[in-house]
Amino acid sequence: MIYVTVGTQLPFDRLIRAVDEWCAVSGADVFAQVGPSDGNFSALKSESFITPEKADALMKEADLVVAHAGMGTIITATQCGKPLIIMAREFKYGEHRNDHQVATAKRFEDFPNITVVADEAELKQALDAFDTSASSPFAAGTKYAPDEFINNLKLLIADS
Amino acid sequence: MARKQKMMAVASEGGHFVQLMRLRPAFEGMETVYVSTNPGLASAFELNNFRVLPDANMDKKAKLLWVLIRAFFLVLKERPTHVVSTGAAPGFAVLACARLLGAKTIWIDSIANADELSAAGAKAKYVAHHWLTQWEHLTKEYPGLEYKGRVI
Repeated sequence: MIYVTVGTQLPFDRLIRAVDEWCAVSGADVFAQVGPSDGNFSALKSESFITPEKADALMKEADLVVAHAGMGTIITATQCGKPLIIMAREFKYGEHRNDHQVATAKRFEDFPNITVVADEAELKQALDAFDTSASSPFAAGTKYAPDEFINNLKLLIADS
Repeated sequence: MARKQKMMAVASEGGHFVQLMRLRPAFEGMETVYVSTNPGLASAFELNNFRVLPDANMDKKAKLLWVLIRAFFLVLKERPTHVVSTGAAPGFAVLACARLLGAKTIWIDSIANADELSAAGAKAKYVAHHWLTQWEHLTKEYPGLEYKGRVI
């Protein structure tokens, strides 16, 4: 199963539409959380918003995650050891208030489980290249921040 | 007289809250109340001490004012000695109110902001005792901004 998620704040139909078109051809099992979108998507299953518990279950069940460059998904997919394809929201298309997702995508493209795609064509290529029958080669990540950061925060809290 | 220490850890749902959850070991040994914008997070993350605030962003002033009022009464009721927030606007509101009521405050700007601080993050300078970014290169661009590490 492929789990697609674009967060709750804004729609990201450019991504959802591309996955939907790919899904119509490939026939893959796709569930998409599409946010406040009024788009019509025919091939994939979709809901605007899901509960945190359902999001958690879908993440655990997914063979592949496709998402906007949101930190919630990047962190959670990495914690769960899931392969993740991300496409950044772009300001020029009205997809976010600024281009911070483009910066985020660039900063996380070195993570072994993450594939960054620039546009819809690259997204479809990455989906074509993915083998959902293989199990994830990525180990689950840590649940908590690195010890150094935790210890630094403890010091700040104790000091103040 | 010293009061018993109490942490209020605040973040909007989504990426902000996921980052806050990765910091939980930093609050070990303190009574901690978590605050977010989606009540479903309490069960998803097994948090038994959880409060809800409405969401807002820094662009919508009327909504932000309402969040500030709600945050004020929340802080007045809970009386935290410390507040940590990973953003966004509701976290800023809690930090501002808690600072006014004497708490020690720490802002940790979201790791999503790699090129510049968010709107709430830039304003947090005025209400946070410790004003942190998760990107060391940004400390050169914002006087007073500290880097202490990142969540991942």
